[in-house]
Amino acid sequence: MFEPKRPQKKLKYEELRIYTEEELKNYTEEELKNFKIKHAIPDLEELEKGPWPSFVADAKREALHRRKLADDRVMIPKDVVEDLLGQLQLSFDDGETHWKHGGIVGVFGYGGGVIGRYSDVPEKFPGVAHFHTIRVNQPASKFYKTDFLRALCDLWEYRGSGIFNLHGSTGDIILLGTVTDQLEPIFYDLTHELDQDLGGSGSNLRTPSCCVGKARCEWACYDTQELCYELTMHYQDELHRPAFPYKFKFKFDGCPNGCVASIARADMSVIGTWRDDIRIDQDAVAAYISGEILPNGGAHRGRDWGKFDIQKEVIDLCPTQCMSLENGKLKINNRECTRCMHCINVMPRALRPGTDTGASVLFGAKAPILEGAQMSVLTVPFMKMEPPYDNLKELIEKVFEWWMEEGKNRERLGELIQRQGLWRFLEVIGVPAFPQTVKMPRSNPYIYWKEEDVPGGWDRDIEDYRSRHKR
Amino acid sequence: MALSTGKLGKYNPEKPTENRITDIGPRHYWEFFPPIIQRNYGKWLYHDILEPGVLVHVSETGEKVYTVRCGGMRFMSAEMIREVCDIADKYCDGYVRFTTRNNIEFMVDSLEKVEALKKELWSRKFVTGSYKFPVGGTGAGITNIVHTQGYIHCHTPATDASSMVKAVMDELFDYFTSMTLPAQVRISMACCLNMCGAVHCSDIALLGYHRKPPIVDHEVIESVCEIPLAIAACPVGAISPDKTPSGKRTVKIKTDRCMFCGNCYTMCPALPLSDKEGDGVTILAGGKLSNRISEPKFSKVVVPWLPNNFPRFPEVVEAVKKIIEAYAADARKYERIGDWAERIGWEKFFEKCGLPFTEHLIDDYRLAYDTYRTSTQFKFTEAAWEASRAAGGID
Repeated sequence: MFEPKRPQKKLKYEELRIYTEEELKNYTEEELKNFKIKHAIPDLEELEKGPWPSFVADAKREALHRRKLADDRVMIPKDVVEDLLGQLQLSFDDGETHWKHGGIVGVFGYGGGVIGRYSDVPEKFPGVAHFHTIRVNQPASKFYKTDFLRALCDLWEYRGSGIFNLHGSTGDIILLGTVTDQLEPIFYDLTHELDQDLGGSGSNLRTPSCCVGKARCEWACYDTQELCYELTMHYQDELHRPAFPYKFKFKFDGCPNGCVASIARADMSVIGTWRDDIRIDQDAVAAYISGEILPNGGAHRGRDWGKFDIQKEVIDLCPTQCMSLENGKLKINNRECTRCMHCINVMPRALRPGTDTGASVLFGAKAPILEGAQMSVLTVPFMKMEPPYDNLKELIEKVFEWWMEEGKNRERLGELIQRQGLWRFLEVIGVPAFPQTVKMPRSNPYIYWKEEDVPGGWDRDIEDYRSRHKR
Repeated sequence: MALSTGKLGKYNPEKPTENRITDIGPRHYWEFFPPIIQRNYGKWLYHDILEPGVLVHVSETGEKVYTVRCGGMRFMSAEMIREVCDIADKYCDGYVRFTTRNNIEFMVDSLEKVEALKKELWSRKFVTGSYKFPVGGTGAGITNIVHTQGYIHCHTPATDASSMVKAVMDELFDYFTSMTLPAQVRISMACCLNMCGAVHCSDIALLGYHRKPPIVDHEVIESVCEIPLAIAACPVGAISPDKTPSGKRTVKIKTDRCMFCGNCYTMCPALPLSDKEGDGVTILAGGKLSNRISEPKFSKVVVPWLPNNFPRFPEVVEAVKKIIEAYAADARKYERIGDWAERIGWEKFFEKCGLPFTEHLIDDYRLAYDTYRTSTQFKFTEAAWEASRAAGGID
């Protein structure tokens, strides 16, 4: 357990660094206060006001810092951030974006990880004429050591814009903006010095992501980090070399609270659950009832909601009504429980998920383009999630094979399931039809009977029919 | 070994495959865990939110880890990240974590360190006055808005993302630093229907939206697009083949069929949609991801369109505040926005939020019938009397 697939290079910022301390602290607060970028950006300056962190104020200090570095200490235009802000202001003025459509760039041997981007007003903003994005595969759950982050900052400031997204929607570390001839040098240093690979883009496996899991949550029903890491490593080829009809996302939620949004955002959603009984500490239940412990992990501290009422706040809100209070003891009919997490969320010190844990596996979520948004469909009620996760890998192989065979260009798995039918998908993954896979049975009787299901088959003789029925 | 310097660094373009390292994946997570997290991995018993932005997790070993959460910007400079690192080095032995909703988490092992850390975080401001690290984003409040690229880096947006998020969070700041709502409110923002932000299951979703059909760039479409793919890209069959007067292959658009999804432009750069007057913002509400009490649900369109009023989007901010204030005043403890709307009825949602209901909000796409009311169980609101009057049912 907890062993990386390969020895990890130890990172020390002091050994990796590009910039000296003087270079990093190359402007004063006074200079920053008086700093004007080379373009007029009145609307953006308006966004420097207000309490929420201002991305404009942040970008401006990066711009000043770059401006004050020596010319040979950055490999792409020094004024790249100034031009980025200038173009953003122009986009506000025009009410339209100024980035061109597409552009195929990348690193040798990979079909993903880099997104080409070009300005359509390069004469005004030459610093962002070429402004490609690099996706870097984030570590599971996004914990970092500062050595890694500082080294990445130096690399990206030296060979790119110095502007990041922490993090992109799918989970990657996003490096925002560099030129084509810096892509290979960046990739070289990422892999050789930082021991770090790119993430996915295009019609491939996208960078998998997971919740905080066992690292800092009491509800994780399986090891989300380990599974995320294991499958990311197992499917490196699928992640870097597009061979799919369209994108495919894995997301790993440790419990039905779904903090990493897998049920809405992943083609395969693995959501932790349990199949035995909720663990109850009756003393702690009593402490919640008496008001000794605040309910809901303190989440409602900010308003006076009155004294905690276990009947009203837990028992009556249970969606299956499977709980009751008998002589001060909380009783749960676990066979009726649908593991929604509400009672556990409200009384985390009294109630815990069971110990026979695993995950439900759902497939097919996607955003609305094209046939409308879809959430993942429950297709495997319970699967043990233990290394080496061969059961899950076998399931994934079946799904990939079917989708690559049957899927049309740019058809997400969820759309293919809709087009061919959920029963067909169940057949593909070798799961017999089970009532939990639907909310309710169909209300129309238009059943696609198969010929082999009906005695005698489809082949009939009209003469035989007419021998009983005149025309 | 140091990171390389010089134009090409250690990369040799003559021999691109020499010593090439590929398919190594991400760095392993374990080395990035603070020692207290390593020691207590999988051993956590329970947690408590001590105040907005401060959590304690208690382990069966008896150890406690305190987390101070602060709002981050998704768009973040190297300068900002170095400042995050300075704080992490000073208080957290060089460890730091980012959340899926772009928050930053600093973890320490004592309450004294929490106090010092909080003081430090609140004291750091940009020269123009904004906080750099506002502490909050926990429990029954509003946490950070997840969002997309917008005009910063995308070729298909119908609005900008970072600016809208900044404008909305400035107004909702007090909800970020408190826990006074009936339940958590998750706001998400995507700048076009492609929804790389996948906002479709959020309590409140802000969505950039085009309202004009594509313009056909007849001169180049033949050379820059696979015309059959562009035609096939349209989900409503609005695109068909055509010829220009000079005989070039092109397409024509049945504009009355277009529902402005922009999928054609994704497939073909000669079919741009964006337009200053056409583009704007749609607001959806009532979605959720968690299985808690009710099932996960999609957000529903509650405001069909608002203008792109850069840079502060006052109309969008006002609509969001209306929803949140009505919800805060009326919902029951633990009720998410969608649960509340379903309990009181969507007709009451529009009444209580003071949002007009227009024909745009009645579904006419796939499975629209599922959203029609086919019962006599409804509540009377002013909109119902108006409809009744229009039908001659009442004076």
